[in-house]
Amino acid sequence: MELDAHERSIAEGAEGAASAMAMRIVAEAGRLLGAGCLIEIASVHVDGCLYHGDSSVHFIERLVAEGGRVRVPTTLNVGALDLLHPERVRGDSHFRDMARRLMDGHLALGCTQSFTCAPYQSGHRPGLGQHVAWGESNAVAFANSVLGARTNRCGDFLDISAGIAGRAPYCGLHLDRNRVARAVVNTDAVSSALKGTDAFYPVLGAWLGATLGEIVAAVDGLPSGLSDDRLKAIAAGAASTGAIGLFHIVGVTPEAATVKDACGGGEPEMEVALTPEMVRQTRDRLSTVDDERIDAVAVGSPHFSRAEFAALAALSRGQKFAIPFYACTGRDVLSTLANSGEQTALEEAGVVFVVDTCVVVAPILPEAGGVLMTNSAKFAHYGPANTGFEVVYGSLSDCVASAVAGRVVRDETVWR
Amino acid sequence: MAVTLQGEVLIDGTAEGPLFRMAKPISFWGGVDPASGRVTDPRHPDHGASVSGTVLALSETIGSSSSSAVMLELIAAGLAPRALLLGRPDAILTLGVVVAREMEIGSIPVLRVPVEQLPQDGYARIGEGGEITFAS
Repeated sequence: MELDAHERSIAEGAEGAASAMAMRIVAEAGRLLGAGCLIEIASVHVDGCLYHGDSSVHFIERLVAEGGRVRVPTTLNVGALDLLHPERVRGDSHFRDMARRLMDGHLALGCTQSFTCAPYQSGHRPGLGQHVAWGESNAVAFANSVLGARTNRCGDFLDISAGIAGRAPYCGLHLDRNRVARAVVNTDAVSSALKGTDAFYPVLGAWLGATLGEIVAAVDGLPSGLSDDRLKAIAAGAASTGAIGLFHIVGVTPEAATVKDACGGGEPEMEVALTPEMVRQTRDRLSTVDDERIDAVAVGSPHFSRAEFAALAALSRGQKFAIPFYACTGRDVLSTLANSGEQTALEEAGVVFVVDTCVVVAPILPEAGGVLMTNSAKFAHYGPANTGFEVVYGSLSDCVASAVAGRVVRDETVWR
Repeated sequence: MAVTLQGEVLIDGTAEGPLFRMAKPISFWGGVDPASGRVTDPRHPDHGASVSGTVLALSETIGSSSSSAVMLELIAAGLAPRALLLGRPDAILTLGVVVAREMEIGSIPVLRVPVEQLPQDGYARIGEGGEITFAS
């Protein structure tokens, strides 16, 4: 691992103590990852503003005290508080104080007040081939796969250090050879009706992650013009059940015009056929219980987009939910809903907006526990361990129908 | 009988303590309680055991990249393992150690070793240069 002369001078303190520490941390990460050198990056998405303990707060505040400042545009993932609706999150004063200090510390370093796990739907969209350093597994998978930007999964401390140093270890998914598909997934056996529903895509992602772990795959046979929301659902599912940081969708994503392109002109090491049975099994595994009871619904992992809210508004118009219905989103999406009047309409149906955070990383769901229904593979995967709730997976329209009925209502026809 | 093994030094230092060879990989975030050092993942075979004060051997680290923060918390609270022996180098747990060292909170040695060659239990001593001695 070699630093160039400029990087070495920064690491030795030529541009202040904070830049020096950040550069040393990035260089150490590079050494541990087996990188030969660092690479300049165009942007950062920081996952480290979610409070896990006091030491991380002290780390960020030390960077602030020593004059730290990000060198490249840097967005923030969710924190542990909903700053616009403070009453949403339970917690004692120490927790609130430290969680707030961690979020504020990142802002003082020059990060953008985005607090969203879908930064790519809030204008942060690096281009094809651009090197970036992103954290948050779904965002990493989206940036690599859908935007064709290049990033490894940058964990806590490495993300903000990369922003301050303006560099990341040059290895892994920054390199051409690691972006080539090693597996091709054939989806011809899945009906076009199922491929036409939103609820298929989180399941496809969950299957991809569980089946391929960290292997780069090219998925063939999906409809062209897949929406960002369907692609983000694949990314979030795949990065929850596996360590997938990059996938290709043939004819859709930018490095996969054809199967051959996705495979770098060569032959894949393996071919896998996705069957309707595998789809059903994966969908069933996203639920931990199989009966009618539900106590709450949660959507928005990754954070709900404008388009997803439009679909929710259409489904819930004139309805009244019998149980709490949480919709997690970014503050900028909420402000567009407020301006258009859709926020009021959704709240009349019973939607509870959660911004800057989400129900799986912060104590928001009712303390009594119970069963949570969701249309998100990521909520379904992390919900039981993080919240103590059992989970039931269903489409968005299943979620709305169930919230109105106060019991699980699922339309099975398309899955048969 | 003493067994000696040469590890590759990822973070230098000397340490000793009882060997804890984890039965399965673990995500420290969501799997180890930073306030007690105990394994809290109910699906993990070592559920309930403590990593504190052990020479902890892991074939690989998995799961959340917030595990770096959990490692930093454990070091700050004095509840960290005395050393880490990793089958595969990682930039997650080890980065927590890097940050603890940068912040002058503390540090522990981290070595890359062929985990499958380790004894099941015993007492481990890590010397300068990455030599590890196991006594039963």
